[in-house]
Amino acid sequence: MFGWEFPPFSSGGLGTACYGLTKSLSKKGVDITFVLPSADDTLKSDFLRLISTKGVRIRGIRSLLTPYMSVRDYRNLRRARSGAPNIYGATLFDEVYRYTEAAADIAKQETFDLIHCHDWMTFGAGIKAKKISGKPLAVHVHATEFDRTGGNNVNEYVYRLERNGMEAADVVIAVSNFTKNKIVQHYGINPEKIVVVHNAVEITDDASSIDQFVIKKHDRVVLFVGRITLQKGPDYFIYAAKKVLEHEPNVKFIMVGTGDMEMRMIEKAAELGIADRVLFTGFLGHNDLEKVYRMADVYVMPSVSEPFGITPLEAMRNGVPTIISKQSGVSEVIKNCLLVDFWDINELTNKIVAVLRYRTLGDLLKEDALREVKKITWDKPADKCISVYNKLLKGVQ
Amino acid sequence: MVSVCFYFQVHQPYRLRKYPIFDIGRNHNYFDDKKNEEVLKKVATKCYLPTNRTILDLIEKTDGRFRASYSLSGIVLEQFEKYCPDVLESFRQLVDTGYVELLDETYYHSLSFIYSKKEFKEQVKLHNEKIKEIFNFTPRIFRNTELIYNNELANFIEKLGYSGILAEGADYILGWRSPNFVYKPKTTEKISLLLKNYRLSDDIAFRFGEKSWAEYPLTAPKFAQWVNAINGNGVLVNLFMDYETFGEHQWEDKGIFKFLEHLPWEIMKHPDNDFITPSEAVERYKPVAELDIHQLISWADIERDLSAWLGNKMQQEAARELYSLENAVKKSRNQEIIDDWRKLQISDNFYYMCTKWFADGDVHKYFNPFDRPHDAFISFMNIINDLKIRLKE
Repeated sequence: MFGWEFPPFSSGGLGTACYGLTKSLSKKGVDITFVLPSADDTLKSDFLRLISTKGVRIRGIRSLLTPYMSVRDYRNLRRARSGAPNIYGATLFDEVYRYTEAAADIAKQETFDLIHCHDWMTFGAGIKAKKISGKPLAVHVHATEFDRTGGNNVNEYVYRLERNGMEAADVVIAVSNFTKNKIVQHYGINPEKIVVVHNAVEITDDASSIDQFVIKKHDRVVLFVGRITLQKGPDYFIYAAKKVLEHEPNVKFIMVGTGDMEMRMIEKAAELGIADRVLFTGFLGHNDLEKVYRMADVYVMPSVSEPFGITPLEAMRNGVPTIISKQSGVSEVIKNCLLVDFWDINELTNKIVAVLRYRTLGDLLKEDALREVKKITWDKPADKCISVYNKLLKGVQ
Repeated sequence: MVSVCFYFQVHQPYRLRKYPIFDIGRNHNYFDDKKNEEVLKKVATKCYLPTNRTILDLIEKTDGRFRASYSLSGIVLEQFEKYCPDVLESFRQLVDTGYVELLDETYYHSLSFIYSKKEFKEQVKLHNEKIKEIFNFTPRIFRNTELIYNNELANFIEKLGYSGILAEGADYILGWRSPNFVYKPKTTEKISLLLKNYRLSDDIAFRFGEKSWAEYPLTAPKFAQWVNAINGNGVLVNLFMDYETFGEHQWEDKGIFKFLEHLPWEIMKHPDNDFITPSEAVERYKPVAELDIHQLISWADIERDLSAWLGNKMQQEAARELYSLENAVKKSRNQEIIDDWRKLQISDNFYYMCTKWFADGDVHKYFNPFDRPHDAFISFMNIINDLKIRLKE
């Protein structure tokens, strides 16, 4: 498997998804070598301990790569590390190239039956490994360039890498029908070559809250978790916050995450006169994030384009009523949530107020969602992947 | 001797519009008039008009040997008057033959019996008057919304002077007993209870067009054989179903109208069979036993209980909130408020909030104008809050 993030070194849903899927696959007897770009030498032992499952091995390639980086971000990061030995490429795309080359070396050294790679940065590596080994290739699409950019200013280079990968692959795995449609529409891939495998969520032991939060003494909490970028619709969250406060004054809005729109959102909250009501936490690690979930009365995911969206499942797991964008893959699999069009700020406001005001609604969503989310385990996606593998291997013989 | 008793339910709700919080205190129009008109006209063309024509034709050609009964909610009658007077006229023609019997129900197709006997009684009276006004007919038989029923209801209805009442022939009530006889409800003196033969009724209403069903396609001769087979262990086959079965739930191209046209002739081929209306059944057949039905039953879903309308917390709270306004609403003497409050009682409003279909399949979803049951609840509760403001003014 070629991937690029894995907990704890992950900043988004991709790492969470790769972790859940890999763990379940290995439980079912699949031997996996997981190849990662990595700038950390301690990674290997860390991960083995983390997964603590036999059959999974982690291999690192020294790299500064993270999935959500822009060219400018990369330049800054590289400048910051200028004291380090010069093993990193000069631009993000050089880095992808370097990852591809190194991954190909790994493909020569390892023995394996098939190649499974996750998102565009690894697709080149996948193609190379396929050429070298002659083994079948599955590319797993967790997000497309069209999701990340909202369809504007699509990066040609990234688009071509994605498209090359999908074309070279023997099978394309999409995280939702929503994503499958994008792949057909924008990449011209034959729908019969695409298999939809919805993501899932790990169930934590204790979802019930005994924590006492000071913030809850006077205020109810509405939560946003995600990168603060165009794709995630943070601006719709802020505009809805302004409107909600006109109806329900005792509410705090918490935004967890970082991103290129963060400053603008802080300014926007100030401009709307609600700066004291909107709290920005920055990026939070697992434990703090779980705590924030348990603080929340409503979780909102207003994404403009969300291939899947694991965070609503995490919220549900913590017993939080969720409102999610219809423009998402996760809305295909969960029923006990409220849906909105991401652009419909009035409807989003209406639903936030309704959950805050009508306690029965929140209570019922909470109970039903807890029951529902327990059934959305990684078992199912792992089984689907295994059946994809079996078909590919049969095709080889 | 087997008598076949057809009863058709005719009802269309006033669907609520999406009512956001912003409208509370500002906009008192709760209903999606455009959609209601659209649906009614569509169902009129697909079902009411062609089916009425078929039934009228059958009555005329058989000289009244074929006959049937209907219950039309007050709500659907109002909508016919407003949007489809031709449909109302065709129902009048049917009643005028003298071979069509009309039943009483709650005017607002409501769950009022469960929440307020006073309101329930008023709605039954309203319905009775509406039927008298439009059809010059006085019903003697009562059927409650969605065949919701128990001993207490039978007792209440007997006191209002009705001679018969309908209910679901649910297995878990009947046990070894057969729905093909007339029964007497416990705690009553002379009112008779007619039970739906749900197997045969649902063969037409639900399974007719179902290709995966072993008996597909269902033909009139085949169905008549099943009716004939009851000879010797029953006297009465009660076929109770939504009228929209014809042409709306089961489509014309699946042959539902052909089936209906042929069925009476096939059934009458057996010399011992005939057709009968509920009040004729009550007169002709004496009760064979007393039935004790404590808990409320209905004809809905597999459970045949109230879970479709009052199964989850949202539904229970919405109903509780609504009926808690009864005194204030009536004290207001404001006819518009009273009428709006009563229209909110239409059982469909609670049905749209049902979440059990998440597990059960999608029957409910087909009928739901809201994306999700929670959306139905949000609009409903927003409306209740608006109503409360109007009551204070």
